[in-house]
Amino acid sequence: MNKKSFWKKITDSRDASLVLVLIVLLAVIEILSPSFLSFNNVRQIFLNNALTLLMALGMLCVMLTGGIDISITSILAFAGMTVGLLQKYDVLHNTLLLFVIGAAIGLCCGMLNGIVIAKGKVAPIICTMGFMYIWRGMAYVISNNAWASGKDVSGFSDFGKDGAAGPYLILLAAYILFFIVMRWTRFGRRFYAVGSNKEAARISGINVARTIAAAYAVMGLLAGISGALSVSIYASAQPNMQYGKEMDVIAACVIGGISMNGGRGSVAGTFLGAMIIAIIAKALPLVGIDAITQNLVKGIIILAVVSLNVFTQRAINRQNLGRREI
Amino acid sequence: MKKKLISVLVSAGMIAALLAGCGSSTPESSPASSGAAAAAEPAESADTAATDGAAETSGSGAAGHTYAIVTKAAGNPYMERMSSGFQGVIEAAGGTCIVQNPEAATADAQISVIQSLISQGVDSIAVAANDANALTAALTEAKDAGIQVLTLDSDVNAAARRTFCNQAGIQEVGQALIDAVYDLTGGKGQYAILSATSQATNQNAWIDAMKTIAENDDKYSGLELVEVAYGDDEPQKSTDQTQALLQNYPELKVICAPTTVGISAAAKVLQDQKSSVKLTGLGLPSEMAEYIGSDGAHSCPYMFLWNPIDLGKLAAYTSIALVDGTITGKAGDSFEAGDMENSPYTVTDMSDGTGTEIILGPPFRFDPDNIAEWAEVY
Repeated sequence: MNKKSFWKKITDSRDASLVLVLIVLLAVIEILSPSFLSFNNVRQIFLNNALTLLMALGMLCVMLTGGIDISITSILAFAGMTVGLLQKYDVLHNTLLLFVIGAAIGLCCGMLNGIVIAKGKVAPIICTMGFMYIWRGMAYVISNNAWASGKDVSGFSDFGKDGAAGPYLILLAAYILFFIVMRWTRFGRRFYAVGSNKEAARISGINVARTIAAAYAVMGLLAGISGALSVSIYASAQPNMQYGKEMDVIAACVIGGISMNGGRGSVAGTFLGAMIIAIIAKALPLVGIDAITQNLVKGIIILAVVSLNVFTQRAINRQNLGRREI
Repeated sequence: MKKKLISVLVSAGMIAALLAGCGSSTPESSPASSGAAAAAEPAESADTAATDGAAETSGSGAAGHTYAIVTKAAGNPYMERMSSGFQGVIEAAGGTCIVQNPEAATADAQISVIQSLISQGVDSIAVAANDANALTAALTEAKDAGIQVLTLDSDVNAAARRTFCNQAGIQEVGQALIDAVYDLTGGKGQYAILSATSQATNQNAWIDAMKTIAENDDKYSGLELVEVAYGDDEPQKSTDQTQALLQNYPELKVICAPTTVGISAAAKVLQDQKSSVKLTGLGLPSEMAEYIGSDGAHSCPYMFLWNPIDLGKLAAYTSIALVDGTITGKAGDSFEAGDMENSPYTVTDMSDGTGTEIILGPPFRFDPDNIAEWAEVY
């Protein structure tokens, strides 16, 4: 057993380098805006970014298979709008049942994505682009120019209220479940196998098409749950909800070190990537950066972190190569 | 063989899906038509009296003419009420009404709608502009084609339209908001503004008016505007911005949010946190009913808005008057607007002198006494 230096340990694992980035980021923010790490703030960071955190797990599965899904916020809007309207028109007020309905809608949408991509061999970005318009359009159609607002969803919104435990429990459960599934179950490992080498996976007896379809189904399921969660947290359902936010989810995954080519990525990395996005969103208005330049700064930070990631990955590859030569 | 069949079916499905997808991004798709279909109903239930009034004033003038309204975007209850008011008046007067709701709240989407209206040969176009400058070319083209162009809710460059139906004068809104801030702070202390985007025409004009009024009157010298934050009319970002305001300014007394999405996001944050900071601004009664109340458990003591149904009606009467030649849009022109409260309306010069406008009336105040009733209307 050769002893590794601290630096080597860091460069050996991209997750560790992300932790380092996170620490530096937090230190800088804490200096600029003291008490950033108060209990209240941390709680709000999780709550305001619960949707990104949750959907990033689904995006992990999709990106592991080498795909991408840009229809997620449209699925979210469709599911969320349905959940909101069911309450607006007094059809249903049971919180659990509403979440189940949101999840079921998301699952169906995701399965459709998966079938078209896996069986129809349509490029993921094209297929999900089509569905992006369809589900968003469906959200507009069913809303019929109405919003579900605070008074319509008053009971349901208690679940996601600032201070309620609901959203945190969902996040905690989802992350623990995914951590176990992606690491130790056949179902989870198949995503890695298919993503790193489709041919090898097929030869070793994995049903590649089914695995790919499953990734999109999982993504859809999480987007559907996020739809219900969004209605609960923001106490309103609008057909344009979370418009354009799929990019935050993809950015979180990319920052978290998930390869766009598939086969590489972890739940821990996804969490760290989503946290970096969440902390940036929370910190920019707090540290006194002008509102107009906030997007600019966000973009620069994302690029900087991703570049660091690429360099770390390269260093790891070089080291691995070095070891092989010996 | 079976595989081939499946893939053919799936590809066919995809093509259909893509077509449907493209369809929903064009304005004549289902959101537009369903919006138009649904629009007639609330108009009648809310303002049955509009029918008689319209028939009297416009008489045979409107029959045989086609009047179009272009809203900012589909799926927005405020815009839906506005177009329902417009449609109610036009149809009662015997005219043909076209309601167009672009799917996205962008200038691009409105331009393609306007172009298709030009080729349909409508007599008038009333547009709630998503951008003050970007629509100029398309609207000038419409004007050149002999179409009467007017704006409502949000204006464009004065040269591109005849007149502007203003929901409330910029000065009146600014005055109402700064007075609300003055009242809620008790005359002195810190306040912040939570706006929509940094480019939003209306919000910027109102905020500027507030600032000017506060600077020029000693009455407001105790008020300190600490920040104008932008929530981009997005619940999530508005929430982040509101929390940041609370944290950065512990002495903050009042947040003023002159935008419907911003005010409801801020209301929820303040109410959930049981904050002592009070909220006012411009909001939709149905969205805000949950948060309006004078006790400590509610975050918003009162807020303002105008009646979007009335704004749509005013635009409809203006369209009819422009098409039948009663008015041309110059200052001093006057016309009857059925049973509307402030009828007859007179066209006036805008405060910056660039063009003319017709002001609906002062902003309307929503407080705990009337909110329940208005929450049912819009």
